Amino acid sequence: MTRLSVNEAAKKADYPLFIPFIMAGDPDPSTTIELALRMEEAGAHIVELGIPYSDPLADGPVLQRSAKRALQQGMSLTRAMELVPDMRRRGLTIPVIIFTYYNPVLQMGAKTFLDKVKENEADGVLIPDLPYEESQDLTVTAKENGLANISLVAPTSSTRIEKIANKAEGFLYCVSSLGVTGTRESFSEEAYTFIKNVNSSSKVPVAVGFGISKPEHVENLQGVCNGVIVGSAIMKKVEERLSELSQEGKMKQNALEEIKSFVSSLISS
Amino acid sequence: MSRVYPDNNGRFGSFGGKFVPETLMYALEELEKSLTEAWEDTTFVEEYKHTLAEYAGRPTPLTYAERLTQKLGGAKIYLKREDLLHTGAHKLNNAVGQALLAKRMGKSKIVAETGAGQHGVATATVCARLGLECKVFMGEEDMRRQELNVFRMELLGAEVVPAVSGSKTLKDATNEAIRYWVANVEDTFYLIGSVVGPHPYPKMVRDFQRIIGDETKEQLQDKEGTLPDAAAACVGGGSNAIGMFYPFLEDNVELFGAEAAGKGISTKKHAATITKGTKGVIHGSLTYLIQDENGQIIEPYSISAGLDYPGIGPEHAYLAESGRVAYEGVTDKEALEALSLLTRAEGILPAIESAHALHLAFKKAKEMKEGQTIVICLSGRGDKDVNSIKEEWKRSLNHD
Repeated sequence: MTRLSVNEAAKKADYPLFIPFIMAGDPDPSTTIELALRMEEAGAHIVELGIPYSDPLADGPVLQRSAKRALQQGMSLTRAMELVPDMRRRGLTIPVIIFTYYNPVLQMGAKTFLDKVKENEADGVLIPDLPYEESQDLTVTAKENGLANISLVAPTSSTRIEKIANKAEGFLYCVSSLGVTGTRESFSEEAYTFIKNVNSSSKVPVAVGFGISKPEHVENLQGVCNGVIVGSAIMKKVEERLSELSQEGKMKQNALEEIKSFVSSLISS
Repeated sequence: MSRVYPDNNGRFGSFGGKFVPETLMYALEELEKSLTEAWEDTTFVEEYKHTLAEYAGRPTPLTYAERLTQKLGGAKIYLKREDLLHTGAHKLNNAVGQALLAKRMGKSKIVAETGAGQHGVATATVCARLGLECKVFMGEEDMRRQELNVFRMELLGAEVVPAVSGSKTLKDATNEAIRYWVANVEDTFYLIGSVVGPHPYPKMVRDFQRIIGDETKEQLQDKEGTLPDAAAACVGGGSNAIGMFYPFLEDNVELFGAEAAGKGISTKKHAATITKGTKGVIHGSLTYLIQDENGQIIEPYSISAGLDYPGIGPEHAYLAESGRVAYEGVTDKEALEALSLLTRAEGILPAIESAHALHLAFKKAKEMKEGQTIVICLSGRGDKDVNSIKEEWKRSLNHD
């Protein structure tokens, strides 16, 4: 079976188009592979594979700690991408998006990076600190290689929404509210208005991220957008189960199942 | 050389730009627009100049270091006395400019980062003066090392927030300040302390600091009837250096930047970004950066808290690449020797940061001809460093 592209997977999904984020190498590479597989089993349509970075400007405390643990394990952009073929061999079929800050990409070279994304059977990229103005060349090269460069819009994007939405590939990542990644209790009326506005400007499906952590968040967004992205809430579960996940055996399997059922509960809400 | 930079994308050659999360892009566009408008508004420009003159103490003197010149032989040494500016360092020039701009933009809350605390103190000072709410992020480790500056900021009514991520120093305080700004961008102005960060920050801070070089040019003209033959300044992020260099870029003046070589550039303990760094992105700007082969940022080291930043202003990266400015590393030891020399010869205790520029300039002065002149930006006073100098003294005595 040929793998779906990010575009196809996003378009095909019924609400909620579900996109989990997992940090490569937290707590170790083999657990990352297991987690990716559990995400697909739980019903995820696309998975974001996070590359740990020393200075993650857009991330809150949970993902900062997660990145730190992964870096201590020696995780890098190259090694993280090399996990994807293993995931494929183990049966992962959904598209994988490499989520990385720009500096590691710059060191590798953008062209080499995109070649490796493709070579390692991943399907798209997301670079949170490479805004529209700085990412035009990369978006074009990615597209020529059948890869999607995911664009973001934020509540402050205002007049920028239209031009960003026009160039969006795969899905449009809509940042729910101001601030860094991490859980928020609830979303304001303004947030819903903003998301609706983005949804009406976008030709590709709109997925909302930043702060999605509970079934009712997902429920409340039905009819407002096409899906959700969940990162911190999942990596928080990983953090809570670190000791179990770090060893082999039944305890680890239980922890993985627990994370899977958390994700299932978000999807089926 | 052409001075028509940064270009519309905020690039100095290939350096600079805006590498920030989308949430901040609109704020940067807004800032750029407001900054352009402000410089075109004579009321704003007058207020900036008036505040610097009546409150901060500008112009600062250009002191001829006669005994030192005689001692070293070679070029005449002049010191641009930013140490005599209110709060004790050049940082206030920029803090005044940005705070007035924030007020003009209707933002009542200021967030800033600080390393040793000099920029934090300058920001807290101008916020007190203008009645703005002030929050300063400072690495937990730096808070411990610079306890007095923390208290100074608190006395001035600022809230000092410990940055507990990463290595808990300036890099992390800057990360935290940016994260805070991302969450509060609608009513908060980010008052950055050096010529770093995304466009238009490097340009904005340069334009608020160029008064150092502009005054120097005029003052030396009065004293010597000519331009200096050379100018030197220390470079961490690089705001005092760009302030001194910028007005001389198109003149026949040799320019020297001193970066912190810590324990030596052949060791791992240095902050010599241009000498040892490679191109990378930090805090929203493409520049030279101390990093590993995977693009992870490495924590730098210097005895001086004001110079231990893993990046450098993108304009400096450009000036280094184009060869217009020569950057050289100066070790902790060399800086301390220069500090001691100036203190004894002229009765001026410089900041350890500025002492890096002194060492490099003394070396150059000795190679220059009698009758030539070199100006040094004495970016700050050394009172804040007395404790660490004392510690270092004791340590070296024990080793001898």
